[in-house]
Amino acid sequence: MVASRANNTNPARIPALGIRVLILLAASILLMVLDHRQNYLGTVRKTLGAVVYPIQVVVDAPFRLWDWARQGTTDRNALQLELSRLRAEKLLSSARLQRLTALEAENARLRDLLEARSHVRDQIRVAEIMAVDANPYRHNIVIDVGESDKVYDGQAIVDADGVVGQVIETGLTTSQAILISDPSHALPVEVNRNGLRTIAKGTGEFDRLDLPFLPNNADIREGDLLVTSGLGGAFPSGYPVAVVTTVTRIPQAPFADVSARPSASLDQVREVMLVWSSEPVDTTDESSE
Amino acid sequence: MIITIIVSLMLMVVPLPDRAEPFRPDWVALTLIYWAMMLPRTWSVGSAWVVGILLDVAEGTILGQHALALCFIVYVTVRFHLLMRVFPMQQLTATIFALLALYQFVLFWVNGAAGLQVDAIHYWAPVITGTVLWPVITMLLAGVRARSQLRG
Repeated sequence: MVASRANNTNPARIPALGIRVLILLAASILLMVLDHRQNYLGTVRKTLGAVVYPIQVVVDAPFRLWDWARQGTTDRNALQLELSRLRAEKLLSSARLQRLTALEAENARLRDLLEARSHVRDQIRVAEIMAVDANPYRHNIVIDVGESDKVYDGQAIVDADGVVGQVIETGLTTSQAILISDPSHALPVEVNRNGLRTIAKGTGEFDRLDLPFLPNNADIREGDLLVTSGLGGAFPSGYPVAVVTTVTRIPQAPFADVSARPSASLDQVREVMLVWSSEPVDTTDESSE
Repeated sequence: MIITIIVSLMLMVVPLPDRAEPFRPDWVALTLIYWAMMLPRTWSVGSAWVVGILLDVAEGTILGQHALALCFIVYVTVRFHLLMRVFPMQQLTATIFALLALYQFVLFWVNGAAGLQVDAIHYWAPVITGTVLWPVITMLLAGVRARSQLRG
């Protein structure tokens, strides 16, 4: 070994290369099996995540800086335009809000009449997307809140327009989340118009979800709004998910071919909201009586 | 040299527009191939494995997937490093194409075994962009190498 190191032009083998590579290959296969089949490595991933975290922060920094600079240098005209737009919006929404309070009061009254537990409002926190997973077929995102913010696995993530996804892995200060468009994600939904329950599956495209389990005679039309049904337990009920875009009924096939466009703009969001749902609302709960 | 690896890791997680996403070259693989070819005693399979694990964590893939693939191509590189050093540029670039294809094949194989579906473009596009960028990367890394040798 000493001799081969002294003479660099000698085509000397790197010592024990074959054995080393075999051990490492075996180690990575073992790791993959442990990770994929057993999910034992949550803590390992978290620890290593802390090592990689600075890299993500550094990568994210120019984008944050750009956002910040853009905010700082918006010109007066644009600001005034935005101000007037916001004023108009505020007027509109406060008008709507008045109706909402009335409706909420009415709803509470009706619920009292039904002797049911009233809906507790969901608690919400805004989080920022730090990175979009570089493997688009998995459609994962990294958000800047983690265990220290009481984020938990399976927590629902929404944006202003609808459901975005759910948390799959919580680190200390960041978490990974899966988007509803991920091909391995399925979400229990119901049609807002008639309460028809079904499952919305991701397709790997940001602007399409599949509804593979609807029979040909199901009452569903283009333009129907799908909302979370809350039956899966992970998502609180009533958040908009997608709007049905195409319904193709195939007479010889058992199921119709239905696709929908997610209400949330999954490929454009930068801020999302995490939802802490109140304990599941159960109108026939014995303990509440 | 470690800096170049860190930079390549960063380039792997920089958000790209949707359209460009599949065409992201395998920066880490290219950087590791270069160092394994030039300094096989410092950068060998062990470091490739560690970097691969970090890449897996950063990308959220199955832990060990990139480690396996990187380890494999770095092994091939170290095995033939003397040969590859004397290759003319065209021949070397063709070798890099083969190595990157091998790398993507291992990733593809692991994804297949794990039951994950991926569009074919995510496999062949990085191979092509990586090969096209290889001459540029060699020049950059040769600069880094010369400077680090000057410093001692």
